[in-house]
Amino acid sequence: MTTVETAVGTTKTMVLNMGPQHPSTHGVLRVLLELDGENVVTATPDIGYLHTGIEKSCEDKTYSQAITLTDRIDYLNPLGNNLVYCLAVEKLLDLKVPKRAQYIRVMLVELQRISSHLVWLGTHAIDMGAMSVLLYCFREREEILKIFEQFTGQRMMTSYIRIGGVALQPPAGWREPVKRFLDMMPARIDEYEALLTENRIWQGRLKGVGYLSPKTLIALSTTGPGLRAAGVAYDNRKIFPYSSYEEFDFDVPTRTESDCYARYLVRVAEMRESLKIVRQAMDKIADDGPIKAEAPGIVPPQREKMKTEMEALIYHFKIFTEGFSPPAGEAFATVESPRGELGCFIASDGSPKPLRVHFRSPSFINLQALPTMVTGQLIADTVACIGTIDIVLGEVDR
Amino acid sequence: MTQLANASTGVVVEQLRAWNPQAVSEMVEYRGETTIVVPRELLLATAKQCKENPALDFNLLSDATCVDRFPVEPRFELNYHLVSLARRDRLRLRTSVSAQQPVIDSLVPVWLGANWLEREIFDLFGVRFEGHPDLRRILLPEGFEGAPLRRDFPTEGKR
Repeated sequence: MTTVETAVGTTKTMVLNMGPQHPSTHGVLRVLLELDGENVVTATPDIGYLHTGIEKSCEDKTYSQAITLTDRIDYLNPLGNNLVYCLAVEKLLDLKVPKRAQYIRVMLVELQRISSHLVWLGTHAIDMGAMSVLLYCFREREEILKIFEQFTGQRMMTSYIRIGGVALQPPAGWREPVKRFLDMMPARIDEYEALLTENRIWQGRLKGVGYLSPKTLIALSTTGPGLRAAGVAYDNRKIFPYSSYEEFDFDVPTRTESDCYARYLVRVAEMRESLKIVRQAMDKIADDGPIKAEAPGIVPPQREKMKTEMEALIYHFKIFTEGFSPPAGEAFATVESPRGELGCFIASDGSPKPLRVHFRSPSFINLQALPTMVTGQLIADTVACIGTIDIVLGEVDR
Repeated sequence: MTQLANASTGVVVEQLRAWNPQAVSEMVEYRGETTIVVPRELLLATAKQCKENPALDFNLLSDATCVDRFPVEPRFELNYHLVSLARRDRLRLRTSVSAQQPVIDSLVPVWLGANWLEREIFDLFGVRFEGHPDLRRILLPEGFEGAPLRRDFPTEGKR
């Protein structure tokens, strides 16, 4: 965080302070823009307004307790955060998750990707002056949140994915709302596209804006739709598959223009691909079967067992008092979040609390590309660039 | 569970040893992940080799982070997670710096993306990066005292 600067630049330029309360920064991002007329000479992002020390707090929690903190990192993708954290802990423990739980995870995470892209599309359209799209996007997002509420009991801070599986059995009759959503959504995406894709203002604001070459993007560690819009098909679901993604049939949409418009097209195409994955996952999820790994001492025992078996009662007590201790070592798990490569690095020293938890957050790293992207562009294009990077400030600052 | 493609570990170590026999002081394979421990002074050169050697081709720096092993010395362990997009491979480079001299070469000359990652480590651990173009605090306010992610910094209450 930089202290407030009152400098006015050189005689030719002026410094404009954008944010931290500017609506198009989607939270509390502050950008110091040095302007020559309407052209950006330099842009300096200033972050940290939402820093809550989640990584430090994790060090003081047992492995299972820390899951609730992961929800709050990227609040548009809580299930994805739960997943990457659990994958890292499961890797440390060398724990195998039942197939049924893996498919449930995939289905919910893909629904989450659609809901996150919907928020992105709606807010970005508002930034560009198209008010109505936001209302349509939130209408559909509401349906997804209702599905989450049925599965997890929560609309947003789900904490549903747990170490070794998922928290609860899917609710009775869960297929109905998911199927209804799948049937409804393709036409709704067509609707957004009818409003935007061929829209002259939309194209005028986005086409050719914020170009970066694939080489620069890779050098800047950018991942996600931003990199795929430059023609690099890097997607963790395909390249380093997790949670049985290798069994699913889907494409990784790419474009080559690498401008804001290409990033928009990639995200819309991704929503359609996610629908394909959700449909397949729904067919793969068996009607009954285990949702948690067989791992006494790590996965809490079932209620019924606790009433009849002494060991189950002891394990239950131990898990919720001292926790469990993975062997000393490190693990780094990655997933493809709606924003790019989301990673979780955990170092264990063999005690019930992690020695270090670190999140490789795509928003934080993708935001690094902003100064390069906007230099030389118009000030209005800065808004388009910030929008298409798709940052969530909770994840930038953690 | 994620299983990383690590069939190429042998090639990576071989290539690095052929380039400089001192570059790899230790190789750890754990849970399908490869870690190469590099001497502190050779980190920058090894990173450059990892990126520029066409047989390695680690062109993307995915992540950089620090682990504080307090009270063990050298206490700060730096982990760099590399990705080769072409070879679909991952690698972790590791090196350690001591509490007396928490200084390490910056990797910004190799991967521009190291910029903010190193600023974050500087901010939260107090490890300095030599040759970094813009080493300032990034998440915490400028007047903040201390490095909160160090293990001797309490989670709650005053220091």
